[in-house]
Amino acid sequence: MLHLTLMKIHEFQAKQLLAKYGVTVPEGKVVRSSAEAYEVARRFGGTVAVKAQIHAGGRGKGGGIKIAGTPEEAERYASEMIGSRLITPQTGPEGSTVRMALIERGLDIKREFYLGIIIDRSEGKPVVMASSEGGVEIEEVARKSPELILKEHIDPATGLQPYQIRKLAYKLGLVPRQVSGLMTAFYRAFEALDCSLAEINPLIETGDGQVLALDAKINFDDSALFRHPEIVEMRDFDEEEPLEIEASRYGLNYIKLDGNVGCMVNGAGLAMATMDIIKLAGGSPANFLDVGGGASVEQVKNAFMILVADASVKAVLINIFGGIMRCDTVAEGVVQAVQDVGVELPVVVRLEGTNVDRGREILNSSSLDFIVAEGMGDAARKVVAAAG
Amino acid sequence: MAIWVDKDTRVVVQGITGREGSFHARLCKEYGTKIVAGVTPGKGGTVHEGIPVYNSVMEAVEKEQADASVIFVPPPFAADAILEAVDAGVRLVVCITEGVPVFDMLKVADSMKDKGTRLIGPNCPGIISPGKCKIGIMPGKIHIEGPIGVISRSGTLTYEAVGQLTSRGLGQSTSLGIGGDPITGTGFIDALEAFEQDEETTAVVMIGEIGGTAEEEAAEYIQANLSKPVVGFIAGQTAPPGRRMGHAGAIISQGKGTAAEKMSKLRECGVHVVESPADIGSAIADVI
Repeated sequence: MLHLTLMKIHEFQAKQLLAKYGVTVPEGKVVRSSAEAYEVARRFGGTVAVKAQIHAGGRGKGGGIKIAGTPEEAERYASEMIGSRLITPQTGPEGSTVRMALIERGLDIKREFYLGIIIDRSEGKPVVMASSEGGVEIEEVARKSPELILKEHIDPATGLQPYQIRKLAYKLGLVPRQVSGLMTAFYRAFEALDCSLAEINPLIETGDGQVLALDAKINFDDSALFRHPEIVEMRDFDEEEPLEIEASRYGLNYIKLDGNVGCMVNGAGLAMATMDIIKLAGGSPANFLDVGGGASVEQVKNAFMILVADASVKAVLINIFGGIMRCDTVAEGVVQAVQDVGVELPVVVRLEGTNVDRGREILNSSSLDFIVAEGMGDAARKVVAAAG
Repeated sequence: MAIWVDKDTRVVVQGITGREGSFHARLCKEYGTKIVAGVTPGKGGTVHEGIPVYNSVMEAVEKEQADASVIFVPPPFAADAILEAVDAGVRLVVCITEGVPVFDMLKVADSMKDKGTRLIGPNCPGIISPGKCKIGIMPGKIHIEGPIGVISRSGTLTYEAVGQLTSRGLGQSTSLGIGGDPITGTGFIDALEAFEQDEETTAVVMIGEIGGTAEEEAAEYIQANLSKPVVGFIAGQTAPPGRRMGHAGAIISQGKGTAAEKMSKLRECGVHVVESPADIGSAIADVI
């Protein structure tokens, strides 16, 4: 199944984690007020960078990264950022509220590079990617000049080897000893923290030849979070959709979308296919919601309540193909939820699989007005019509 | 005929005394699968659901001649369970467990190379040759015997496809879910190759999802090697792009990975691609 909820952290947290493994990062401190920003900038002396801390990327374009020459200037930038909504190409038009800023000591930047690690699914190996084109959107580089992206696949048993670092370093126009410590530490962190993506962009070389991570981004493998309680603690609920937080408390995989048809489905593949068929029927899904394989009556009820808490939902489609999950459990949960919440919305139900007859009987014998559908196509047409 | 599992397959259930393992061992046995042993370290010598329990897979193989294993252990222990089964020499391991860390699987996949054991999963519904053998969590009742091979990255969407086939009287030779995780054992190409060689199979349903490039690679394989018709569906045509895998993921796949790209590649390679998941059954009826 797809992991649609990727655990994300802030830049300052990513840098803290990487520094712990030995990646060199600029000296910095996170602040929550302009007064604090002034203090930190004064203590650092000279030029500092003031960087808004939100999860979305593209902050520079939205005015979320400023260079301040004096403590007063740092204070002013911080007061403009903290509490405001920052709009970047990745936040969407509503933007994201800035609650913290990272103050970093200014550096004399000579060159900017890109360094990243991801898992290459087809090769079954992590791959280190590096480019002399740093500080810009890396997918732009990949599209326009893919030859500028260097790739080294890593054997998961042996890890990143010194010869691979030398290969990358020489091609980037660096001396291996400038980056060997940083690259070794970066890969070690990637593995030890169970990352699904780690990027340093830009990786910079200073005038005196030092190499540091000026910006960092890490995504984690959600499946491995059980062995990283320190990372789970870094989760910032302010950065997440409230309904998605509530859904995650119940162990539901929920993603809010823009449409008006609420969907409750078991299994991620069927949930995606249900969204597809709603679009084909001329409608638009309000969410992705996978109730999982073995949900209880309580779980189904929770899922239903989250669905209808979204004010844009005009009709609900429940599409369940029971395997482990039994259709009678789903039916009971839905009937209970509708009774408890007093839902006025039209609800289209399509049940198939384990205990389907008992499930249909529960729906029919309730005094509630469900629209029963036969098959996915029929269900989609009915719910789109009901949503208007 | 069928692929990989049939009435002679002898199955050991790893994690048989757990809630899931216990429940599905019973259902598989009721379906007619030869569930010959269970393994739970520390519970060797007991009998569970009428099935003898051993402390290790090796013991189950020696005493009961198990040649396949199905894994229901929790995620932190799944990698170890797979490697134990490989070490014991079973020819097929089906890992149902959802949520196995990607790094664990990278190491498992690396260590399994050239060992001669086939892994299906993890995070999959398993494999069924209707009327012969069911190793997994799929509802047995929706399947009937017949000539259609089914391969899918999904669980419940596989049942949907099978349900559509069965309601048209189109039975299945073998149906399997290969799992939706980034790193899995058996891939589309392995199953396509086996279905091509299987005399009973006359057509194949292939269900993919957004992300990765497995479908594109399978498309090229189909064009070069398959004489049998293939019907394809890709889930996630309407998934919002911002919520997919990290952007660097698109670099390594050279911009592949979206549903539209997968569908056009499959069409180019001669696969009958349906846009609606409700049309899988009728598309198969059209091609055979």
